[in-house]
Amino acid sequence: MEHLRNVSRRAVLMGMGAGALVLSIGLPGAAQEPEPPLEFGADAMPHGWRDDPTIFVAIDPDGTVTVTVHRSEMGQGVRVSMAMVVADELEADWNRVQVAQAPGDEPRFGNQDTDGSRSLRHFFQPMRRAGAAARQMLREAAAAEWGVPVEEIEAQNHMLRHVGSDRSVGYGEMAARAAEAEIPHRQSLTLKTPEQFRYIGRDDIGLIDNPDIVMGTTRYGIDAKADGMLYAVIARPPVLGGRVASHDDTAALEVPGVRRVVVLEAPALPSEFQPLGGVAVIADNTWAAMRGRAALQIEWEGGEHGSYDSEAFRAELERAAREGEGIEVRNQGDAPAALKSAATRVEAEYYIPHLAQAPMEPPAALAQIRDGKCEVWACVQAPQVTRVRLAEKLGLTPEDVTVNVTLLGGGFGRKSKPDFVLEAAVLSREMDGAPVKVTWTREDDLHHSFFHTVSLERLEAGLDESGHPVAWLHRTAAPTIGSIFAPDPQQKLPFELGMGLTNMPLDVPNVRAENPQAQAHARIGWYRSVSNIPHAFAIQSFIAELAHEAGRDPRDYLLEVIGPARHINPIEMGDVWNYGEDPARYPLDTGRLRRVIEVATEAAGWGRQMPARSGLGLAAHYSFLTHVAVVAEVEVSEAGDVRIPRVDIAVDCGAHVNPDRIRSQMEGAVVMGTGQALMSQITFADGRVQQDNFDSYLVPRMETAPRQIRVHLVGAQDYDRPLGGVGEPGLPPVPPAIINAIFAATGQRIRHLPVGDQLRA
Amino acid sequence: MIELTVNGQSQRFDGDPDMPLLWFLRDELGLTGTKFGCGAALCGACMVHIDGTPSFSCITPLSVAEGAEVTTIEGLSPDGAHPVQVAWRELNVAQCGYCQSGQMMQAAALLAETPQPTDEDIDAVMSQNLCRCGTYPRIRAAIKRASGQEEG
Repeated sequence: MEHLRNVSRRAVLMGMGAGALVLSIGLPGAAQEPEPPLEFGADAMPHGWRDDPTIFVAIDPDGTVTVTVHRSEMGQGVRVSMAMVVADELEADWNRVQVAQAPGDEPRFGNQDTDGSRSLRHFFQPMRRAGAAARQMLREAAAAEWGVPVEEIEAQNHMLRHVGSDRSVGYGEMAARAAEAEIPHRQSLTLKTPEQFRYIGRDDIGLIDNPDIVMGTTRYGIDAKADGMLYAVIARPPVLGGRVASHDDTAALEVPGVRRVVVLEAPALPSEFQPLGGVAVIADNTWAAMRGRAALQIEWEGGEHGSYDSEAFRAELERAAREGEGIEVRNQGDAPAALKSAATRVEAEYYIPHLAQAPMEPPAALAQIRDGKCEVWACVQAPQVTRVRLAEKLGLTPEDVTVNVTLLGGGFGRKSKPDFVLEAAVLSREMDGAPVKVTWTREDDLHHSFFHTVSLERLEAGLDESGHPVAWLHRTAAPTIGSIFAPDPQQKLPFELGMGLTNMPLDVPNVRAENPQAQAHARIGWYRSVSNIPHAFAIQSFIAELAHEAGRDPRDYLLEVIGPARHINPIEMGDVWNYGEDPARYPLDTGRLRRVIEVATEAAGWGRQMPARSGLGLAAHYSFLTHVAVVAEVEVSEAGDVRIPRVDIAVDCGAHVNPDRIRSQMEGAVVMGTGQALMSQITFADGRVQQDNFDSYLVPRMETAPRQIRVHLVGAQDYDRPLGGVGEPGLPPVPPAIINAIFAATGQRIRHLPVGDQLRA
Repeated sequence: MIELTVNGQSQRFDGDPDMPLLWFLRDELGLTGTKFGCGAALCGACMVHIDGTPSFSCITPLSVAEGAEVTTIEGLSPDGAHPVQVAWRELNVAQCGYCQSGQMMQAAALLAETPQPTDEDIDAVMSQNLCRCGTYPRIRAAIKRASGQEEG
């Protein structure tokens, strides 16, 4: 009982939630009693979590440990980080650890949606338990082998040693016997203390795939190959909802190597993750397929969004935000009255265009249908969703569908949607089950992404005599991700609002947030950090504008507006989502937010004298349960070119599992955020995307990225406290920090992203 | 019939002479370390060396590569010991890794031409290669390490 209470307390603190200890998720042979799933965290995700060591750990007789990683690797380092956790609790020698990638199978592995900055947040503790349980089973095996009590067996660095005699044996030699041991009850496990960690928290563990990456032998979805494989590219309707009216494939079929041309039906809208339809060309190699596609003559029909025009839509959003109140999504005090009586009233509107994730590896997948079964190799963030949608599409059961998850050449949300895998499967069926690989070109990717939404954020504040805001009104108008799931929703969903709007933690007595209507005319999807992008840009820009209005230093003013260190229950602000986590365990902590601001500004030398046309800009934002502050240093030339010599980014994401990968995610977020601030946008005219490739969809390059990025890891290394996310939260504060720095350098306030030519004379 | 040498081995191709070298490497030879990113010489994921010169294989027709010596990432070194590969591993440059073949081929060519590149040299050459993960600061640091220069 003592044991149980101890572990229980740990579990509650560590992120499982009370009751999780006895949560059974239908494991075959699991000893635990079933209990209804809880509402928060990993428990609330489809198929929850698993910690069974036999699912995640295998040990060969030669001692090789194979850790199965069930989350998709897209550059965030999940393969190395998850393996570090398991290997650490297992007391394995890192040099003898390898990683296997799990196929899509959530009933077996637990939730596999690699999104929402959740992998370590939700699987740190289960993976610790899986490693610890395997270690326990090895100890039991050695104890049985030598006929001694298990308490006398120590496991250390791949060896089992009997205390009190000189007997020792390697993990490999005990593996077979250990596999027959009973899986220990998770309550009985003794997890390591942080002082005992061998790998967790260490900064010098290299990437698991490094040797293959430098030799070019890694395999991404686009690299998949099978005997007799055919290659396909597809011409898709240029306007959402459009379809093929007529086509002439005579010339295409004359291209050497082209095998067939197949018309694919367009789905009804909303089309969720379904392919867009179009005309596919199937050939003996990618080049022939591309040439065949270029030779197609296609008349496209309709598309109810054929008049979508980004310029006009921006005016529409502006009208909606100015004239329509929309539904109230947050209300405390009486913001309209306080606005009227305020000493000073400030208002501003901020616009963020559509963005494309544009991972360097465009969507690509290989599918093969044999003997009533479908097997795919694909770069997917959501392998289980892929499996289920494939089964539905092909009239199979999920068990007859195998989704092999390759490495992802970047994801950023695009590869959460399996449309491209469905295309490959349908074409394989058309070709009597032959393996078919579908490759998207960059033009396909930019024209047919699931785009980051376009948004107009209108803010009004009333300041008192001292310049402190006493009233705050925020209207957000943006097409919702919900529009790919439901017909014509006009409002943002709670999870979108909860990304920095309904959980905005400023110390202002009268706050009101409203959501006027906005209709989607393109497929809207997740893009790294999602709605935090517009919310953080607007709010952090606006605070800097208010500081200027009040004649105050932007850092001092930001800290004052955030107010004293305190815990805020997100529900009390109006955020019912809280990234799916228990608000009691993940309150909004303004002390931690203040701290990252202090660290970033101190590191950047905030307040120092800057040369002409140079400036420092600050922004801070809490997202995915993680606190981030960014100080950007910019130089703006007389011609209006922006150069960023340095960015300081401070992050408090809780305890660190893999500090090097936290740093690399922050570095990457700074670079991606630089693109959003300065150059990246997707625009529509006549319902069609106007950018075709990287000459018109501009993203940072070596010379336009910040020259130096310094990451400052902040916060207590308390592994009992729940973890925050890492993959996404670095991004939202980057664009406003850069824009605020441009203001400091030039006095010009940019409210429409990207900066583009706005600074040019 | 087109003949060329890839990573020291003679290869022949009797298909479309307009096929870009990229697709010959990937689809015909199975050398998938060379990546497709844009098809228009805009991202550098497809970078290989043709007779020692860094080249966008996605816009190089096989007819142009006739008789050439082509080196891909798989042939940069037999054992991953090229200074660029070593530095890339040591600094954990990669995130997703997809663009890094092209980055390393570009960097190796830069160092062959300019053994001690300045920041401006690095900007000028490496800006031909895109990375969406944002590994640029580490690429810069790795090039400096590979060239024996102190970072900073």
